[in-house]
Amino acid sequence: MSFLNLTSIQKSFGPVQVVKDFNMAIEKGEFVSFLGPSGCGKTTVLRMIAGFETPSGGTITINGKSQANLRPNQRNIGMVFQAYALFPNMNVAENVAFGLKVAGRPKAEIDQRVKEMLGLIKLDHLADRYPYQMSGGQQQRVALARALAPKPQVLLLDEPLSALDAKIRVSLREEIRMIQQQLGITTVFVTHDQEEALSISDRIVVMNAGKADQIGAPAEIYNRPATRFVANFVGTLNLIEAKVVDPASNRVSIGDQGVTLREPLGAVKAGDTISLALRPEAGSIAPDAKGDTALTGEVISSNFLGSVIRTRMKVGPSVISFDMFNSPGLVPPAVGETATLRFTATDLLIIRD
Amino acid sequence: MSSDSSAARPPAREPFRLPLHWLGAAPFAIFVLLFLIMPTMRIVIGAFQTPEGSFTLENIRGLFTTSILSAYWISIKISIASALLGCLIGFAVAAAAVLGGLPKWIRGPLLTFSGVASNFAGVPLAFAFLATLGPVGLLTVFLKTQVGIDLRALGFNILSFWGLTVTYLFFQIPLMILIITPALDGLKREWREAAQILGATNAQYWRMVAFPILLPSFLGTLALLFANAFGAVATAIALTGSSLNIVPILLFAQIRGDVLGNPHLGYALAFGMIVVTGIANTIYIWLRARSERWLK
Amino acid sequence: MKKFWAWGALIFGLLYFILPLVGMTNFSLKMRRGVYSLDAYAVVLGDPRFQETFTYSILMALATIVFGVLLVVPTAYWVRLKLPGLRPYIEFVTLLPLVIPAIVIVFGYIRLYNTSSWLPLTGTTTGTNILLMFGYATLALPYMYRSVDTGLRSIDIATLTEAAQSLGAGWTTILAKIILPNVLVAVLSGAFLTFAIVIGEFTMAALLNRPAFGPYMQLLGANRAYEPAALAVMSFALTWGCLGLIQLVSRFQKGAQSPA
Repeated sequence: MSFLNLTSIQKSFGPVQVVKDFNMAIEKGEFVSFLGPSGCGKTTVLRMIAGFETPSGGTITINGKSQANLRPNQRNIGMVFQAYALFPNMNVAENVAFGLKVAGRPKAEIDQRVKEMLGLIKLDHLADRYPYQMSGGQQQRVALARALAPKPQVLLLDEPLSALDAKIRVSLREEIRMIQQQLGITTVFVTHDQEEALSISDRIVVMNAGKADQIGAPAEIYNRPATRFVANFVGTLNLIEAKVVDPASNRVSIGDQGVTLREPLGAVKAGDTISLALRPEAGSIAPDAKGDTALTGEVISSNFLGSVIRTRMKVGPSVISFDMFNSPGLVPPAVGETATLRFTATDLLIIRD
Repeated sequence: MSSDSSAARPPAREPFRLPLHWLGAAPFAIFVLLFLIMPTMRIVIGAFQTPEGSFTLENIRGLFTTSILSAYWISIKISIASALLGCLIGFAVAAAAVLGGLPKWIRGPLLTFSGVASNFAGVPLAFAFLATLGPVGLLTVFLKTQVGIDLRALGFNILSFWGLTVTYLFFQIPLMILIITPALDGLKREWREAAQILGATNAQYWRMVAFPILLPSFLGTLALLFANAFGAVATAIALTGSSLNIVPILLFAQIRGDVLGNPHLGYALAFGMIVVTGIANTIYIWLRARSERWLK
Repeated sequence: MKKFWAWGALIFGLLYFILPLVGMTNFSLKMRRGVYSLDAYAVVLGDPRFQETFTYSILMALATIVFGVLLVVPTAYWVRLKLPGLRPYIEFVTLLPLVIPAIVIVFGYIRLYNTSSWLPLTGTTTGTNILLMFGYATLALPYMYRSVDTGLRSIDIATLTEAAQSLGAGWTTILAKIILPNVLVAVLSGAFLTFAIVIGEFTMAALLNRPAFGPYMQLLGANRAYEPAALAVMSFALTWGCLGLIQLVSRFQKGAQSPA
């Protein structure tokens, strides 16, 4: 049995079912992200783990113990909120000490632990500051220290970065990951930002309409999206329409160009239309590009995005975008030109949903 | 001043524009000076002058007589009592509406009603309470004939300290509700949740987080209600005539006809009122600034 | 349990406010022995002193509102537009009437503007009326200024002004045709509140010896039994009316803005 188990979790608010049969097992020390658009139920699941919401059905266990009859203050869970939620009447040290104080720990122990925590988030010098005197990034680090101070068994992060500006967001997420690994604390992180989830998680749960669409390591989620929703939500993706030519030999055609897939096509017959997915970075039009598969089409646009050049090409009924790394000698293809995109057939995924 | 021809040369106009800016605020400044600042200053200065115009502390010293001191003392007691009770009851009602899980639709009417009631002061308010708690008032009679409680026998008299306090509460409580409801709304849900998840009980949350956050608003409103009651003249006069020896009534009588025997003692009396309400309001402004800083 | 206490507090509060209202209404109807009647109201409404003082107070209220609007709107506008550094000071000054009791202010008037002073306003009836009106404007200043200033905050006056100027409008036109209509709801809220304050005001009118409604009520209260209750009911209805109108105009504004 895993450390944190969510089994057949359901939640309805009135007639609206926001979480439908959610299952997840999280190992001790694992960093798991719940990724999905707003309204997909990810925050509701997190709040059920915390005990702020009661599941309409299903069970939650932590370390083998059912949480059903435990109030939030009995669960020994740490939580960081999107809006910092630092107590405005307390300074940094008092905020961090709060959990230990209500637990009635001796003063010496509290002081020691607060010092340790402030060291961890590198804010020792701000111990006497009040929340209103600090930046958002600093406040959120204090919130993290406050959540970790009572040594919780699970850490919950509810979109902790989305109120911050872009630069702080990146540096703070790296800091969070470092601290999490240092402490080895089981962590659930809720976000709608795929880059965030991909960069810091051990595993990602992509949620859609109250269900987990796919659970897997970041690379797996990115490279092998299980559903059209996952493919669309995580990263940029070309969706290409193809016609089945011969199911037995995995032959399909895109426009009038034939392609052989590596994945078995499954139960389809000749003439059926299927959807294929291709990442923009999977192919190249450079003359020396490698790849066992090629698609030729007319270039319809070419945009300079800084580090990459994104080109769009029309192949049969579909438009395919692909990225090339910028380099000083690179001449981007001109609009109207014909170009050949080469890639490996294994990069072409079949989307089934 | 620049003539019209200078409009053709905009740079030349610049030096003349600055004073014109300030002229825009002049009517207001003159009005405030003439009808707010100067009359008040006249009182303050008069409090330190002999009738001949030379400086003296005699007027202020004159306040320290038994009857005047007791008037201040009763005024302050009534103001504190009505402010304190107003704050507590108003807080209880506002908390019931905001946090008590009452239906949502109660808030709108409650706030509207509070707006009306907090403005329903003065003479008519006194009539309303006389008709209710006076010797032949509705409640007095009802309690005596139906319940068997004789308010008079219990020592309650509408024309007394408690009578005035109970009457003042009619506008104090709604004022508290109006001011404290936004503060209660300002208590973020995340604070309660953060406290809970950190292991705090509901009582610990209230003692360590919510109450300290509300305290400045609470104390600030207390000061405001105090000043509000302290300066109330009309209700007191309409309710008690001149039977209750409180400062506003004393000052009223002094202005009407010199009852103190020294016209400049009136200045000192008024100056004392400004000092008391001034202190109360300074506390209010200071505490309010503090709570706003927190909740920014 | 929590709900029980919440309802308890609310019901206690409601009783506190409703009982005096019921008490005064009940009392006002009992002038004729043994039966409920509107006699007290008939007596009050038929009293020429009532009609005089009530008319006087209404006229004073209207004059105060007009003067207040003319004083506050241009000032608040100008300060926001050109003198933003002055705002905290103006705000402080406008709150002073809440700090300084009315009785102190009017005491100052009597000493400052008496017959032997440089501006003998209290020497003539007209002068005293004007002085009382200024006094009322002072009392209403905190409410009026706040209301208008809040209204101005919600519109971009700098852009509106520049747009009007570029189309050739002068200051009077800008104020009357651009700014005032845009803050009309705020001005009206301030006006109704001013009306509610002035109509029942006692201290200033009594000490300046003007025949206003407040002193009349007090006088009646000292000499009669049932009529004051009737007056209180009418006053309360008037206050409700004024604050109800504030609600109505602000709702009207919301309604007018939402389709845009």
